[in-house]
Amino acid sequence: MIRLEKRPTPSKAWTYATPVLAVALTMLAGGLMFALLGKNPFLAIKTIFYDPILGEFAFYYRGQLLVKAGPLILIAIGLAMGFKAGIWNIGAEGQYIMGAICGAAVGLAFYPAEHWYIFPLMVIAGALGGLLWAMIPAILKVKFHTNEILVSLLLVYVAEQLLAAMALGALRNPDATGFPGSRNLQQYPAASNPELWAGTGIHYGVVAALIAVIFAYILLSRHLTGFHIQLAGQSPKAARFGGVNPTMLVVFCMGLSGALAGLAGLFEVTGPAGQIAINFNSGYGFTAIIVAFLGRLHPIGILLAGLLMALTYIGGEAAQATLQIPAAAIQAFQGMLLFFLLGVDVLSNYKIKRVKEGVA
Amino acid sequence: MDLSSINWILLLASLMVASTPILLAAIGELVCERAGVLNLGVEGMMITGAICGFAISVETQSATLGFIAAALSGAALSMIFGFLTQYLLSNQVATGLALTLFGLGLSALIGQGYIGIKGLEIASLHIPLLSDIPVLGPILFRHDLMVYVSIAIVAATWATLKYTRAGLILRAVGENHDAAHALGYKVIRIRLMAIAFGGACAGLGGAYLSVVRVPQWTEGMTAGAGWIALALVVFASWKPWRILVGAYLFGGLSVLQLNLQAAGLKVPVEYLSMSPYLITILVLVIMSSGRSRAALNAPAELGRSFHASS
Repeated sequence: MIRLEKRPTPSKAWTYATPVLAVALTMLAGGLMFALLGKNPFLAIKTIFYDPILGEFAFYYRGQLLVKAGPLILIAIGLAMGFKAGIWNIGAEGQYIMGAICGAAVGLAFYPAEHWYIFPLMVIAGALGGLLWAMIPAILKVKFHTNEILVSLLLVYVAEQLLAAMALGALRNPDATGFPGSRNLQQYPAASNPELWAGTGIHYGVVAALIAVIFAYILLSRHLTGFHIQLAGQSPKAARFGGVNPTMLVVFCMGLSGALAGLAGLFEVTGPAGQIAINFNSGYGFTAIIVAFLGRLHPIGILLAGLLMALTYIGGEAAQATLQIPAAAIQAFQGMLLFFLLGVDVLSNYKIKRVKEGVA
Repeated sequence: MDLSSINWILLLASLMVASTPILLAAIGELVCERAGVLNLGVEGMMITGAICGFAISVETQSATLGFIAAALSGAALSMIFGFLTQYLLSNQVATGLALTLFGLGLSALIGQGYIGIKGLEIASLHIPLLSDIPVLGPILFRHDLMVYVSIAIVAATWATLKYTRAGLILRAVGENHDAAHALGYKVIRIRLMAIAFGGACAGLGGAYLSVVRVPQWTEGMTAGAGWIALALVVFASWKPWRILVGAYLFGGLSVLQLNLQAAGLKVPVEYLSMSPYLITILVLVIMSSGRSRAALNAPAELGRSFHASS
C-alpha cells in the first residue's frame, strides 16, 4: 500500500524536475494518441518538437516561435501573479479581445493620419481596454463577493460577441467588399506593429513580454507587493494579520493581468493578425493558463514554458501540414500537459511512502 | 419589431427543451459540490458528452444508446479529475480548468468525421389526454423523454439528499470531511462517486444539445453552457429544486432572446446573444451580495482537498 506524507516545505529538486517530467509524460501519452490516430508517434513527436527548431525548414519556423510565444508569455505573467495570490482570472481571452478592440479603435479613429503618437496611444488604449474588462470581475468580487472565476469566464463569451459586433459593425472597413473585418492595420504604418528584425519574429509585443518577465521577477523577489502576493496565496490568514489589504490585492492582480492580456491583444491585432475580424482570437488567453502553471508561476519558468507551448503550436501546424494530424489533437495534447503537470505536482508536495497493510 | 409575431405558446413550449442541457449539468455539479468538490470541468465534460452521444446515436441509430454513451464518457472524463484531485491532491480549480481545455480538444478530435452530418429525428411523446389539453398540453406534455428524465433526476437527487442515509453521508463529507472520516466514512470513495455522477449528468446535458435540441455536431457547440450551469448551482444556493427553477428561468430568457432575434428587434444579433451571459453575471451578483449571501449556503469544505494524515 502506498501512502503520501506531506513534506514540511515543497521539495526544491522536484519543483524543478516536475515540469520536465510532465512534458516527458505528455510526449508519451501524446505519442499513444497519435498512434491511435494511425500516425507514426515518433515521427509526430519529432515533427512537433524537433523540426521547427533544428529541422530542414527551421529558418521559417524559428521566427514564428517568438510570434506565438510573445502573447502567451505576456498573458501568463499577469495570470501567474493572480494565481500565486489565489485570485483566479481565467477570462484573459476576453481581456485580450477587449485590448485589441480598444487599441484598434483608437488607431482606426486617426486613419489615415500619420503621427508618431498614434501607436503609443493605441498601446495605452489596449492596456486600458484589458484592464477595464478585468475590473468588472474584480469590482464585483470586492463589492458583492461574486466568484471571479465564473464572472471573468462568462465575460469571454460577451467579449467574443462584442468582437463580432465590432467586426461587422462599428470597426468594419468601409472600403472592403469581401470577408467582413476592420481595415488591415499592417497597411497603416502609423498604427502597425511590424517585425523589428526580419526573420526573427520579434515585434513590439515580444519586447513587451520580455520586459514583463523582468518586471515580474523584480516585483516578486524584491518588492513588498510581490511578497504580499505570495503571502496571500500561501496563508490568507497570515496575510490578513500582516496587514495585506485583500481588496487592493484583488484589484491589483486582476488589473495587472487584464492590462497585460489587453496589451497582448493590441500587439496581435496590429501585428501578426492585422485586423479585427470575427475569428481574431485563437485561444491564447486559455493556453496562457497552461503556460503559467507549466512555468510554475515563476517569471523565468513562464518564459521557458511560453517558448515550449509556442513550439507545440507551430509544431502542431507543421504536423497538420505534413502528417495530417488534426489541429484538435494538438489542443488535446496541450490539455493533457496540464493534467500531467498537476498530477506530478504531488511529488514536490508529498513524500511517497510504502507502508505495510494494516498499519493504519 | 413585431412582438405579435412571437408565438408565446410555442415559446413557452420550447422553454423546457432549451433548459434541459443546463438543468442536467447543474444538478450533477450540485451533487459534486455538496460532497465538497468543485469541478470546473463541466464545460469539458458536456462537450465530450455531446460528441460521444451524437456519434453513437448516429452510428447505432439509437438515441438511448447515444445518451448512455454520453453519460459514460462524461463519467470517464470526470474520473481523470477525480484521480488527480482525490488521490494526487491537485488543486481543484486548476484541474477543473485542465479538464475543460482537454475536453474541448478531445471532442473536436473525435468529432472531425461528424461535422455536417444530420442527427436522428427524436419523436416527442404523445401522452394521451394530457398532451391534448389546450395551451398547457403543448407547453408541458409534448416533449421528448429526456426532458422528463431530467426532471426525475432532479426529484431523485432532492429526495436522496434530503431523506436518505446516503444523502446525509454525502452532505457530511461536504460539510466536514475530517469528521466524516473520523466516523469511518470513506471520504475519497464517496467524493469519487459524486464526481462520477456529476460527469455523467454533464455528459447527458451535452448529449441533449447535440442529439435532441440542435441536432447536429459543431465544434464548441456548448458555448459556455457548462459555465452557466456552474453559476446556476450558486443561484440555487445548492438546493436541487431551485436548480429546476433557475434552469427554466434561464432557459426562458434565452428562448425569448432567440425569439426577439427572429422577430427582428432593432438591436444587432450579437448584443442579444450576449444577454444570457450578462444575465448570468447579474444573477451571480444578486445571489452573492447582501443578506442572502449564497456563500453562506455553500458546503463548508467546497474546493478543499482531503488528506487523511493531515
